[in-house]
Amino acid sequence: MSKNYFISGGTLDSGDKKNLFISNGIIAGYENPLNSDAQVIDATGKIILPGLVDLHTHLREPGKEDSETVLSASRAAAKGGFTAVSAMPNTSPVADTAGVVEQVLRLGIEAGLCDVFPIGAVTKNLDGQELSEIGAMADSAAAVRIFSDDGHCVSNPAVMRRALEYVKKFNGVIAQHAQDPELTLGSQMNEGVISSVLGLKGWPAVAEEAIIARDVLLTEHVKSRLHVCHVTTAGGVEIIRWAKARGINVTAEVTPHHLLLTDDLASSYDPVYKVNPPLRTEKDVHALREALAEGVIDIVATDHAPHPAESKECEWQEAAFGMLGLETALSIVALTMVETKLMDWHGVAQRFSRTPARIGGYLGQGGSFAVGELANLTVINPSASWRVDRDLVASRSRNTPFHGMDLPGVISETFFRGTPTILNAQLIDGLTS
Amino acid sequence: MKHLLSINDLSQSEAVGILDTAAELAKVSDAPMKKLPTLRGRTIVNLFAEDSTRTRISFEAAAKRLSADVINFSAKGSSVSKGESLKDTAQTLQAMGADAVIIRHQASGAAHRLASSQWMSGTVINAGDGTHEHPSQALLDAYTIRKHLMHGSKNLDGIHVAIVGDILHSRVARSNVLLLSKLGASVTVIAPPTLLPIGIDSWPTKVSYDLDELIPQVDAVMMLRVQRERMNELFFPNAREYSRYFGLNNDRVKRMKKDSIIMHPGPMNRGLEITADVADSARSVIVEQVSNGVSVRMAILYTLLTGEGIESGALS
Repeated sequence: MSKNYFISGGTLDSGDKKNLFISNGIIAGYENPLNSDAQVIDATGKIILPGLVDLHTHLREPGKEDSETVLSASRAAAKGGFTAVSAMPNTSPVADTAGVVEQVLRLGIEAGLCDVFPIGAVTKNLDGQELSEIGAMADSAAAVRIFSDDGHCVSNPAVMRRALEYVKKFNGVIAQHAQDPELTLGSQMNEGVISSVLGLKGWPAVAEEAIIARDVLLTEHVKSRLHVCHVTTAGGVEIIRWAKARGINVTAEVTPHHLLLTDDLASSYDPVYKVNPPLRTEKDVHALREALAEGVIDIVATDHAPHPAESKECEWQEAAFGMLGLETALSIVALTMVETKLMDWHGVAQRFSRTPARIGGYLGQGGSFAVGELANLTVINPSASWRVDRDLVASRSRNTPFHGMDLPGVISETFFRGTPTILNAQLIDGLTS
Repeated sequence: MKHLLSINDLSQSEAVGILDTAAELAKVSDAPMKKLPTLRGRTIVNLFAEDSTRTRISFEAAAKRLSADVINFSAKGSSVSKGESLKDTAQTLQAMGADAVIIRHQASGAAHRLASSQWMSGTVINAGDGTHEHPSQALLDAYTIRKHLMHGSKNLDGIHVAIVGDILHSRVARSNVLLLSKLGASVTVIAPPTLLPIGIDSWPTKVSYDLDELIPQVDAVMMLRVQRERMNELFFPNAREYSRYFGLNNDRVKRMKKDSIIMHPGPMNRGLEITADVADSARSVIVEQVSNGVSVRMAILYTLLTGEGIESGALS
């Protein structure tokens, strides 16, 4: 029988002060029963959020275990306050069959630190040509509902149309990596003043915006559901705002790094700042923050992208795209959205837990602390801060762009199905850490 | 100043100091015994990950005239072509005790990476990195302009220089715009709109699409090489049309100011961006740019490795 816990004195994201009694994996009540054997956790001054839900995570397993595994990513997720992550399909082999998504699901269950929901590839081998076995993945034990060729754009409009139509059968959603490949051949960073000076090939904002515009129109035409991955431009925000006003069923995400970092960081030529889509300008960062506060952008998603050292210790143009995100995500959101008063903790809970859980159809995630719900939750000390150290990450890779930064918000507890994965800010994973 | 990675590493007075030092060192090149003992015992590595005969031999001649030991490490036949990483190459050079590394590389920022990583501790000189910068070329171009047009003045005040051609992909253009404007010249880049980078409005230069309009106004015109591979990337319809609008031919040269000069960093595509008769004409200083290159590169090595330049008139 699992242990009982009593979290006392904390403040829920709604602002209500409520004690939580956790027993048998669920929120069993708001009082500590008489003669309770529960371990008491003092959450005075702390905020309790529903466990964070990431819709965009690269776990790299199978095939790229030198950079991350489902287990190491699950540990990083727990440290970051997540109780669910979504495994992007660009593994080796690609998650384009029921067999691979079931393997990833099983690896997630074995790790046991958070839910791992596989995302299926839209096209076979992510080649953008033929649909993958979408129905088989939806019907598999993994019950996949989100499909994406992330890392690649589904650029052929006819393929995108068919994919959007096909997933209606089971209320699925296509998560599009919006990047016109012809406009971004060999592109290295945002196209603008900085790229002109650095002599790095530019990645124009329009390459993202043109695909978003096309896809919202396709989505309207076939009455399906679109999710736009990692929006980075002010123009993209405007198109999504227009689409929503028109009643198009579109949701959108922004990454923590695009809420904070800008393209001038490339001036160091340090590839730790090389990411797809690229870091943009100050103007874009402000537009993204406002859009997230307003709800035009529905959610935050990490695009956690681990890479081994040799993929980053090289020339910029040789380096891999991507940054770590799981362990710093909540603190970056606290820094960019909460400390700036653009959003309160309720907003954080909506954008980083409840809405992503709704988009993905993730049962048991994104709860409201009602009695009987699965106890998936995160306790954060908003007034404490911590220093990011790439040598202390739980991830197998070290490519965080936030190394050395002091960030607000220390996660003291993460509970996954009633069991702490983080307790007193320490990882509890049954492994020696 | 430890490294020379970008013209932005130089203040105006440091740039002038290098040109003055070059003018003194040119006397060494003109002497029967073309050698100074300054860098005796120092090891300088020419790390050329991209083919460039002229820049490499120019730096090699410069280093040897200062008595340095020179090691050539070029792409073909070296570990670079076998896929060795820049990091491993740098650590190898460090282990061999290189005092300075002159790097030519196809990746923009490669010289920055060498200098800012912990991979090696020596001086790094950028001899051209991708489409970023080529600072020694800009210094030799400024030296050439000063020598021809400034009559003893230290900077380039009042001079109008046009840089014509593929600005988008040109490291020579980037370094020259920065340096010539720093030295007081007025710069105009002239190119088809497809070969100008988005963001050029922030550069210290004027921009034009019309060579014919500008040609009577400029004191120096610098023609850039048009890479053959650009033809297939839709930057312009064909070579003939490029030459018609942006090539330097005799008709255009006839409209140039008296005493104005014609420059080209080489290697030239005769018949494309410049006609053969113009390249070989009296206004052309293209061959002289090459010989000035050795003096300027001596000055760069001298200044970076001894920490000081040479006052005007110190060598006689």
